[in-house]
Amino acid sequence: MLREKRADPDELLACLEKENCGKLTVFLGAAAGVGKTYAMLEAAKERLAEGVDVVVGLVETHGRADTEGMLEGMPMVPTRKMEYKGRTFAEMDLDALLARRPQLALVDELAHTNIPGSRHLKRYQDVEELLTAGINVYTSLNIQHLETLNDIVAQITEVSVRETVPDRFLEIASQIQLIDIPPEELIQRLKEGKVYVPGQAAAALKKFFRPGNINALRELALRYTAQRVDRQLESYMRVHGIAGPWPTGEKVMVCVSASPFSAQLIRYAKRMATRLQAEWLAVHVDSPRRLAGSEAERDFKAKNLHLAEQLGAETIGLSGEDIAEEIAELAKKRNVSQIIIGKPEHTRLWDLMHGSLVDQVIRRSQGISIHVIPGHQEQTGLGTTWYRAKDSSRRDKAEALSPAPFLISAAAMALLTLILHPFTAALGLVNVAMLYLLPILITAARWGMRPAIFSAVLGLITFDFLFVPPVLTFTVDDVRYLITFVIFLLVGIITGSLSTRLKKQVTYSRQRETRVSALYALSRDIAAVDKLNEVLESIARNVADSLDGQVVLLLPNEKGKLELQQSSAQDNFLTESELAVATWVFERGQKAGRGTETLGAAEGLYLPMATEQGTQGVLGIRFKTGEGQFEPERLRLLEGFVGLAAMSINRIKLTEQARQAQTLAESERLRSALFNSLSHDLRTPLASIIGAVTGLLEETQAVFSPEARRDLLKTILFGAERMNRFVNNLLDMARLESGLLKLNKDWCDIQDIVGVAIGRLGEQLASRPLSIRIQPDLPMLEADFMLIEQVLVNLLDNALKYSEPESKISISAQVRVNRMETTVSNLGQGIPQADLAKVFDKFYRLNSPLQVSGTGLGLAICKEIIELHGGKIWASNTPAGGVEITFYLPVNPIPDKVLGREEGDSAGN
Amino acid sequence: MILLETKGARILIVDDETQIRRLLKVALAGHGYEVEEVAAGQEGLNRAALFRPDLVILDLGLPDVGGIEVVRRLREWSKVPVIILSVKEQEEDKVSALDAGADDYVTKPFGMGELLARIRAALRHAAGPGEEPVLEFDDLVVDMAHRHVNVGGTDVRLTPTEYDLVKTFALNAGKVLTHKYLLRTIWGPAYENDTHYLRVYIGQLRRKLESDPSRPRHIITEPGVGYRLL
Repeated sequence: MLREKRADPDELLACLEKENCGKLTVFLGAAAGVGKTYAMLEAAKERLAEGVDVVVGLVETHGRADTEGMLEGMPMVPTRKMEYKGRTFAEMDLDALLARRPQLALVDELAHTNIPGSRHLKRYQDVEELLTAGINVYTSLNIQHLETLNDIVAQITEVSVRETVPDRFLEIASQIQLIDIPPEELIQRLKEGKVYVPGQAAAALKKFFRPGNINALRELALRYTAQRVDRQLESYMRVHGIAGPWPTGEKVMVCVSASPFSAQLIRYAKRMATRLQAEWLAVHVDSPRRLAGSEAERDFKAKNLHLAEQLGAETIGLSGEDIAEEIAELAKKRNVSQIIIGKPEHTRLWDLMHGSLVDQVIRRSQGISIHVIPGHQEQTGLGTTWYRAKDSSRRDKAEALSPAPFLISAAAMALLTLILHPFTAALGLVNVAMLYLLPILITAARWGMRPAIFSAVLGLITFDFLFVPPVLTFTVDDVRYLITFVIFLLVGIITGSLSTRLKKQVTYSRQRETRVSALYALSRDIAAVDKLNEVLESIARNVADSLDGQVVLLLPNEKGKLELQQSSAQDNFLTESELAVATWVFERGQKAGRGTETLGAAEGLYLPMATEQGTQGVLGIRFKTGEGQFEPERLRLLEGFVGLAAMSINRIKLTEQARQAQTLAESERLRSALFNSLSHDLRTPLASIIGAVTGLLEETQAVFSPEARRDLLKTILFGAERMNRFVNNLLDMARLESGLLKLNKDWCDIQDIVGVAIGRLGEQLASRPLSIRIQPDLPMLEADFMLIEQVLVNLLDNALKYSEPESKISISAQVRVNRMETTVSNLGQGIPQADLAKVFDKFYRLNSPLQVSGTGLGLAICKEIIELHGGKIWASNTPAGGVEITFYLPVNPIPDKVLGREEGDSAGN
Repeated sequence: MILLETKGARILIVDDETQIRRLLKVALAGHGYEVEEVAAGQEGLNRAALFRPDLVILDLGLPDVGGIEVVRRLREWSKVPVIILSVKEQEEDKVSALDAGADDYVTKPFGMGELLARIRAALRHAAGPGEEPVLEFDDLVVDMAHRHVNVGGTDVRLTPTEYDLVKTFALNAGKVLTHKYLLRTIWGPAYENDTHYLRVYIGQLRRKLESDPSRPRHIITEPGVGYRLL
């Protein structure tokens, strides 16, 4: 199940503890008129006096004189006047407030619903944005507006409140101040006209402000505050390691169905979970028997699960034949201690036929407490708008009421009657009745329930009127014919309902299949690709094709600013204002734009591509077709796409980061190795040179014997030669690595190269027994003579350095298939098996008992050169003791025009 | 080997680096040469005309007129031997300078002994092979009057091309002969780039003339440049 990213209370709390997030103080009251706004202003004045930068974002005085008095002298951000349906409303100017950036903002009436056209649907969303921007907020709220208490309040007061604030929002409040006055006083204030403007007061008083109501609301408010204090105390004890009885591992599970009644269950579960301080899950079981039929039902299911998620539940979707079994199984698996289930409004007969789900769950509960909540239809969606559901159910109806099936079945019936009527006597009434079942069956099978019943009734009437004696009347002589009539109707109903269900199943599975295959297509397209722009391209294409719209993908650039990366069409709909919507979506990680509650006036719908690592970017879509563009099915598919896109973008980013980190670590390692090497390999010879030279220069009298002088001069020479080798190696390496080196390939004779390399090492090698085995008549190599010579020099140099003086060095060269293998070996100490590959790493040096000076670059250079030639180099320990390094080079056939041309053609005789 | 009297020969040093000029001046003067030094190519050409050196030591990396160009202009009127000073990164320039007429090269950093040997060889070569029909290089004897080649007293049978190669080497003994020069001289201008001919014949020659072809003593390879006979 795709989880929509939402503000996690814990995260927000954590965020609040940091300094960059604003702190929220809620002035909570039981009802209007208790003086929340007044208390809030009082507190604000104190802050103002303390020198805090306080600004009034919006305060509703309801014309109360003393409240208005309090407002005097307070800095304000002017409200924004907004036109809606011909009336002007004053709304809080969120952008002005954000731009003003006060330390503390006052925002009255947290539960307020904004005028359409505002950025957010609800004021608490505005407040959330202020908090995120680091502005502290004072706000006021009546307890009846709290989401989870909504049902209870409605039960107590019989007044349903549409404007609700989610509980999680109050959970992020750093302070809750309870404003409480006795009910008598409140009623007194109401009568004095201090609460509402006169005129409305009487009606409100009668309906809402009864002492009983007010006391009940007070209790709720007090209890809520007390619970919170409790929790704060507990977390304090926890943080400070104070032992105490901790809540047991309670877990609450609520069974959600596709009925609007489930919302009530969910809120009940949330309250219970909060009370028990338990985790809670909301589960929905899809069963093939009870496939969510209409769009409306499916939408309700999604909406319910969404609500549960918003209230902090873990939502789980299951599917199985036996719903009770699935529920019990899950409960057992997740160690659930309390199950909440609704009491369905079924008749006893229905229960007898289908078995009661509640009974089945109870039977399987095994030690789990089951709470059965009686359901009653809610008056309205309680603050949630259901236009989508209504739209789609209307569409379902329109489909069913299409006249064609009725006309066709009527025509079929008429035709049948015409054919049958002359043969009544011959066929007998029983057979006629049987034949009349035929059109009913066909109609039912083809068009479902309604046309089937229509057809059954029509058949019944026709049969009765034309065939059952007395003919041409509706009266029936023989009562036994009533059985026939009942059969007609039953056949129509049963067949019809069967086929309707079947059809729904087919449609549903077809939709599912479309969704799954669309998602599959996308995932297959992007699974193997690791280039970001290719992935983006296929996301845009797939989404645009599947949902018939225009798609834009926006990703943040290096500065974190959102930029268009991919568009499914040549020209895109991203204007300045659309980009602003997308940016908002990116920053907040919530969807917005057309069809949502936020910034609904936008042209496109924007969804954040969110993963655990944060929002990766934004996908915007503008649907082409006007009708049914926000069908839940399509939105679900869109959300599926977005989830997939987010994951793959994240995957690529992570891969890229890992690669960069690796490269960085590698270059870091190299750099430090280079520094070590530079400081050691340049300084050591320099030290000996400078030492020897100064010694010679400062010699005023003949201190040194001729031999000593010669020794000093030799020291200088060795030091200089060593530095020369080092600089050469560094330069070679740099040239090889820069990629600037061009191979100067020409035909070479390996024997020639070996000879030059040996000559180059001169004295060093002259003291060693040297075995050279070069296979006669080796073909010419196509290689860079000087580089291969360099390789041989390095290998020989290495072989010399890592072996005892006067031990044997061997060189051999032979052709194997179409490769020429050259090996240089010594009789030195073997290399540990694990290090055999490492010897070709830069700055790698073997630990050797022999005092070896070198750069650690020689073999690395060899490897680079050999690989540039398309060959390979490796090291191995020889069985005879010693190390051999072998490289091969590819052998190409040479243009063989000259070989042996003059054989036997000798000169001089 | 006949030691020719080279003392007192006049050497012109063209190098832009003061350190090198100073070193060369001290070392060469110490060895009895008369030394003049200049720091730039054009100045070097002017000075060569006035000073009339017996040998020029020329750095390839000059700031004004490049070393190759200096060789080319010098060769327009003079046959004075030229020794190139180069660094490892200037392989191609070095070959171009040799092809343009320079006689030899020394790679920086170089040992003084090596440079002196090259100077001596170049001066000797400039003095000409003389009219001697028989040239000796240790155990290798080339008798041009009879087209005979013999190693350690034994006659060696050579193909005509092999003999031409040996003769070319012998006439230019001690001097670097570039691949291009050898190919052009032996096979003709159309074969200038067919290095593999040369490789094959050098291989054959070494097998016939050298006691250990892997450690040649006579036909020395100058990597990336050419060959020389010692």
